[in-house]
Amino acid sequence: MTHFPVQKIRDDFPILAELIRKKPLVYLDNAASSQKPKAVIDSISHLYTHDYANVHRGVHLLSVRATDKFEGAREKIKDFINADTSKEIVFVRGTTEAINLVAQTYGKANIKAGDEVLITAMEHHSNIVPWQILCEQTGAVLKVAPIDLKGELIYEEFEKLLNDKTKLVSVAHMSNALGTVNPVKRIIAAAHAKDIPVLLDGAQAIPHMKVDVQELDCDFYVFSGHKLYGPSGIGVLYGKQALLEAMPPYQGGGEMIRKVTFAETEYNTLPFKFEAGTPSIADAVGLGAAIDYLNEIGMDRIAAYEAELLAYATEKARQIEGLRIIGEAEHKGAILSFVLDKIHPHDIGTMLDSLGIAVRAGHHCAMPVMDFFEVPATARASFAMYNTKAEIDVLMNGIKSLIEVFG
Amino acid sequence: MFDDLRDLYQEVIFDHNRNPRNFRVIEDADRKVEGFNPLCGDRLTLYLKMDGDVIADASFQGSGCAISTASVSLMTEIIKGKTEAEAEALFKTFHEMTTGKDEQVNLEAVGKLAVLAGVREYPARVKCATLAWHTLDAALKNEAESVSTE
Repeated sequence: MTHFPVQKIRDDFPILAELIRKKPLVYLDNAASSQKPKAVIDSISHLYTHDYANVHRGVHLLSVRATDKFEGAREKIKDFINADTSKEIVFVRGTTEAINLVAQTYGKANIKAGDEVLITAMEHHSNIVPWQILCEQTGAVLKVAPIDLKGELIYEEFEKLLNDKTKLVSVAHMSNALGTVNPVKRIIAAAHAKDIPVLLDGAQAIPHMKVDVQELDCDFYVFSGHKLYGPSGIGVLYGKQALLEAMPPYQGGGEMIRKVTFAETEYNTLPFKFEAGTPSIADAVGLGAAIDYLNEIGMDRIAAYEAELLAYATEKARQIEGLRIIGEAEHKGAILSFVLDKIHPHDIGTMLDSLGIAVRAGHHCAMPVMDFFEVPATARASFAMYNTKAEIDVLMNGIKSLIEVFG
Repeated sequence: MFDDLRDLYQEVIFDHNRNPRNFRVIEDADRKVEGFNPLCGDRLTLYLKMDGDVIADASFQGSGCAISTASVSLMTEIIKGKTEAEAEALFKTFHEMTTGKDEQVNLEAVGKLAVLAGVREYPARVKCATLAWHTLDAALKNEAESVSTE
């Protein structure tokens, strides 16, 4: 195993020292939300203690300091995903809001009755419902590219669905329910060959791998701060500048304007055009701190370590009789979704919780995926850079014991 | 290993989960209602055969977690032979037992159902236990063909 300073990282996350039901916490619900390092918690506390005021408004010193920190976070995000300019980094509440924003601005301006939006069968509800709403509003049609029993996109079928009516492709970079990492470069190249823009839902991918939006050449990339070890309530919409320039604004209000009279309003420049109202200042700063923290470790090292964790967990899980892994794509992120013979995922979740192990049990906001695999729900262990093989052993022993109890 | 869960997962619950009672279709049922918990995917169909206002027979089909399966299995046993009014009264007591803050619930009145009292300590699991009873309530009131916990 490559050397990865997991113990040092664990020490940076105060919550990992908590006892849950009198047992050491084994936190394996990272795909839902990850825990926060002290650096992030402290950055928020420091801002409110020393540097807080509203941003972009005042001439007073605190407003200047808060603005510097807030815009500094934007710069960090720009560098982290290698965007061309920070004008392309729009702060939103999270992935869900980012997709809704694109649907209601880019979508409403460019997608008309009879046009098609193409997604895949493995999407999270947040990459399904905003398009259904848009389709209802415009008369456009939502097309869904199928997946196979390994949980992989059937690429040939996807390609067949690209046609003159397709006006946008919106796909998960990595699936939250299955762990599948989609062949996004191929998807983007095929879509661009037909002049179709592509949105990547990066909510799951971004904590697990290096993301370079220019190398990917995606038109939009969206993600949430809270899965990236940052605060909840902050997320990012990346969009190519030319696209964002041409898009109408999302919400109206302060900040997003340059000049207002009762006759007309001139909108602000990018990215402020899409940031009506006072933003989540401290959360943006916290996300910047999370990115600093991750850069120190290195996303490539994190990806390599997590790949080892997933391989270890998969191997151990396969040895358990009656356990079926849901999602066995060749390219997978650190997610192990599974079901047990005759034991409902909610019982698994409660049983493991009593051992201090946090997993998710349910449909993972991906009901169509559950329908496809003909299961009502799954249990999902999702790993982060602070998890260890010893924790995976605790999980697997817990699963074996609960199978015995249910007998 | 699971000592802390003994109040929630009592042996009776495991027994009913492994061998659910009245797990069948009543072909000539007078009432048939589907219950659904969209949060966890639990789904059951409840069948009632009435004799006047007495529940002559009760059965169910479906799939769910151990708590919901045991709850509906126990329910079909206990409501057989009861009048509609008696069953409704039992629903109210059961609801208080699983959700109420009042400690004074008369566990004797619910008989075997008392094994489900433990769910009140697990807010995320209360709906697993009450799905069967909400479905029964809808069946008795003859008001819907399906009910959802949400």
